[in-house]
Amino acid sequence: MKRIFGIAASLTAAMLVTGPVAAKPAARTATVVVDKLAFGALPSNLRVGDSVVWVNRDIFRHSATAAGHFDVDLPPGARRRMVVRRAGAFTFLCKYHPGMKGVLKVSP
Amino acid sequence: MAHTTLIAAVAVAFLLGTSATAQAAGPTDPQIAHIAYSAGAIDIAAGKQALARSRNKAVRAFATEMVRDHQAVNDQALALVKKLHVTPQPNPTSIALAKQAAVALRRLSHLHGRSFDRAYAANEVAYHKTVNGALADTLIPAAHNGELKALLQTGLTLFREHQQHAEHLSANLK
Repeated sequence: MKRIFGIAASLTAAMLVTGPVAAKPAARTATVVVDKLAFGALPSNLRVGDSVVWVNRDIFRHSATAAGHFDVDLPPGARRRMVVRRAGAFTFLCKYHPGMKGVLKVSP
Repeated sequence: MAHTTLIAAVAVAFLLGTSATAQAAGPTDPQIAHIAYSAGAIDIAAGKQALARSRNKAVRAFATEMVRDHQAVNDQALALVKKLHVTPQPNPTSIALAKQAAVALRRLSHLHGRSFDRAYAANEVAYHKTVNGALADTLIPAAHNGELKALLQTGLTLFREHQQHAEHLSANLK
């Protein structure tokens, strides 16, 4: 028990010490739902380091594909996480159903 | 190409004619289920034929997508009719569709290479156009059950995607 308190105290100390350095906002996770052959609402305030979780609620296989940037395979019922590494506006589509498309905007 | 257009025209005449004459009030849900399921099964057979005959990467990718998507809709349709205790009922429209599909399969079975690829793509454009017209104008408005209507609506959204994809494929093969 003492040992656990010891570890907790060390962690707290470490967090306090690193606190000011880690002023950058913590990475967040946004969810994009794919349903009825359409991408749902897209996050408007994504930043580099954040994650996007793609959730496919359709009975069809889809993908979230931005040529040269990302290509997330989404079998029916899939839930796939993707970390955003670069800033920019990325036009993406489903490579199987190209009418399904969107633009993912990421700030630095 | 003229042959494909003729098949499409005959199919449209059957689909529309059946609903206008034989069934003044439109097809029943068991008949609609049979037409929709048959339409899917026909495109699965066409896709499998393309996978067996074509070596073109784009054609094979399209055919794979057709088999996968139509199978998914038909699996869902089977689950739905089971849940609703509905027995899909063969009718002049679904029978005509199956007959025309058999003719198309036979015709394409004599083609090879680029001729096959072009004919398959052109047939897919015409076929999806026909089925989409029937779904939008006849089958969806006539469906009584809400879940059946919703599945047909999803089917229409999907098949419109397929039609667009087929048109793109067909244009690239010219």
